[in-house]
Amino acid sequence: MHNRRDRLIAVLMVLPSIVLLAIFVYGFIAITAQTSMTDSNAMQRLSRLPANFIGLQNYTDLFSGPLDTRFRVGIVNTVFFTAIFITVCLVLGMLLAVLLDQKIRGESVFRTIFLFPMALSFVVTGVVWKWLFNPNSGINYLPTVIGLPPAQFRWFISEDRILEFNWQDLPTILAVIALSAAAMFTLWFAVKRKSRPAIYGFVIVMILSFLIFSGATGSMNALPNPEQHGFNLALIAVVVAAGWQMCGYTMAMYLAGLRGVSEELREAARVDGASEFGVYRHVVFPLLAPITLSAIIILGHISLKIFDLVYVMGGGDNLRIDMPGLNMFFETFRGQNFGRGAAIAMVMLLLVAVVIVPYLVNSFRSEAKRS
Amino acid sequence: MKRSSILALLLIAVLALGFAGLASAQDAAPSGDLEIFSWWTGGGEAAGLEALIARFSEMYPDINVINAAVAGGSGVNARAVLTTRMLGGDPPDTFQVHAGEELNALWVAAGLMQPLNDIYEANGWMEQFPQGLLDLISDDAGNIYVVPVNIHRSNVMWYVPANLEAWGVTVPTSWDEFVNTTCPALQAADITPISIGENWTQVHLWESIALGTLGVEAYNGLWDGTTNWTSPEVVHTFEVLGQVYDCANDDMNALTWQDASQRVANGEAAFNIMGDWAAGYFLVDLALEPGTGFAWAPSPGTDGVFMMLSDTFGLPVGAPNPGAVEAWLSFLGSAEAQDLFNPVKGSLPANTTADISNPDLYNAYFQSAYEDWTTNEIVGSLAHGLVASPAFSNGFSNIIATFQSDRDANNAAVTAATLALQTLR
Repeated sequence: MHNRRDRLIAVLMVLPSIVLLAIFVYGFIAITAQTSMTDSNAMQRLSRLPANFIGLQNYTDLFSGPLDTRFRVGIVNTVFFTAIFITVCLVLGMLLAVLLDQKIRGESVFRTIFLFPMALSFVVTGVVWKWLFNPNSGINYLPTVIGLPPAQFRWFISEDRILEFNWQDLPTILAVIALSAAAMFTLWFAVKRKSRPAIYGFVIVMILSFLIFSGATGSMNALPNPEQHGFNLALIAVVVAAGWQMCGYTMAMYLAGLRGVSEELREAARVDGASEFGVYRHVVFPLLAPITLSAIIILGHISLKIFDLVYVMGGGDNLRIDMPGLNMFFETFRGQNFGRGAAIAMVMLLLVAVVIVPYLVNSFRSEAKRS
Repeated sequence: MKRSSILALLLIAVLALGFAGLASAQDAAPSGDLEIFSWWTGGGEAAGLEALIARFSEMYPDINVINAAVAGGSGVNARAVLTTRMLGGDPPDTFQVHAGEELNALWVAAGLMQPLNDIYEANGWMEQFPQGLLDLISDDAGNIYVVPVNIHRSNVMWYVPANLEAWGVTVPTSWDEFVNTTCPALQAADITPISIGENWTQVHLWESIALGTLGVEAYNGLWDGTTNWTSPEVVHTFEVLGQVYDCANDDMNALTWQDASQRVANGEAAFNIMGDWAAGYFLVDLALEPGTGFAWAPSPGTDGVFMMLSDTFGLPVGAPNPGAVEAWLSFLGSAEAQDLFNPVKGSLPANTTADISNPDLYNAYFQSAYEDWTTNEIVGSLAHGLVASPAFSNGFSNIIATFQSDRDANNAAVTAATLALQTLR
């Protein structure tokens, strides 16, 4: 009896937030998904005309339509940017945390200094780094202070691109990447003598190689003309600015994690003859794995949705550092093409989901184990 | 007295008062709030708008003007806010919009603007505004929808005469001459031949190149469908743009239009193509003398043609306070208001009875521009919303941005052709 009443109260307490979430988050996601399958635009809305349902046309246009080069540039940029940005933040954050963990004097002062950039808005960071990176006045002229010639890299307006590939080849490239991953797992399972996963892996490898060599992946992309994409070096400027702002945050997370590793554990390792590096390598870092995962999730969703920093640095239309968020804004409000804008928003949502859903699944699982 | 009859009496009294109030509101001078929506937030534009509001408030002390200007992005942010408000059924009393397709393809086509013919007739403006301009802001039935405040010219090439003399070059009269003669000569002297800024200034440059190489008829044909976007002539406009990029500063994406114009004034670059708001920048911000400190010519190949754009204000359907808007618009179109606003903003008056010959108000540049405005052939600007819908303009910005990195003129023309099929009427 008592238990049932408790449960009722609990449900009633949670209900308002569930209703609000259902309407203002999931409801609006549903509306966006619905809009993304129409040709909705300002003209129709203002004249009170219904939008036409066009199925997945917006999505096919985005990935293979000649007018949406900008979207593809943004997607490629986002992938490169996210990968490098997260790596830089993790490595630098970990390094700073380990250095601060050496019981140095004035630790709190350094901690505050490293954390300060996080208090700034991305807009401020963007303006400051845009000035610093101006190729004709900024940090390029730093070497001249000691009599060296100014640096030549053009930062956020650099036109250099490496790792170029043709967008038409993308299905093949992705298939090859998947193939090599599957082959590695198959080998690993075979060595470990787990025969069933190894057989599944072998089947996947065979299917993928068939798709690649039969030319099926080659003809999957409907883009009519070749289109070069790649890693734009201009993104380095954005990575530096964003990393400068966010690596203090990962440092704080790691520092908290390091403090959580008990001194006894370290001592035990030292007694067992581990060097100072070995203590970190075999005892401390493995214990920090959950923190790394949280940091990747938080940094990942920041970088996938990034807008303000690139908008300020690039003025909006600098395609070398373009991101899907900018494209969505311009497509929706400058082109007044709401259907296309909604489709870009849905792609961004899926990208973020790819990062976050495994994390959620993982944490649900460990919670279930604990209870 | 019974209670019900008292109630009835009260009701009648209230109704009578209400009607009296309505009647007197119609007779008396307009009052209440007037929200003016624009993207004029900086420099001469904001100062001009403030001068207008100050004078208007003197004339109508009962009207409380709310200056609802939204900053940034050459109007992109303001238009985003405006679209949201219009969709949500919360229109401002009056808003800024470029004459031409930006007005017609969206607001007028959706039936959201009220005709202003009464105001035009009451003020005698039918004869005071040029017919070509009226055509741009009215529909086929002859309904006029907005009041133009100013006229700008888009196809202007800026330079410093003394610098050109020192470097031994003359003002090019065609893009061929610029690319083949002027540009190599200047590059040999280590001078940037032309300074260019961020994306929208490149669209602005392309429209000048297209007008200069295609000519008036073919340029207009791009917008009404009589010029084929994939024809060799149109592909050539992109090729020329590529050659001009090669003659330009390589940090263009880092520069605003002011930065680019300033390079000319500083003597780092020889030429700059920008609308004549640059005259205000040279005059006021950089304090240069027209004719000696800076000079101008029509952009190459466009002598005798005036590529125009115009800022206008109208009365949206459902505006909260139409009486005040009508007073505002009647003021805005008057010669007095145009002479208050334009000298500060740095633009030409749209009303032909304005005091253009007064050198205290309009400097040497505007005297000469006005001469051109009244004698030249008139065409509309793409970068500033006259000839194409917002959907086309947005797509075209992306095409120019893509072209700037891949320099594929054929691809740019083909993509533009697809875009034109989808978005031009």
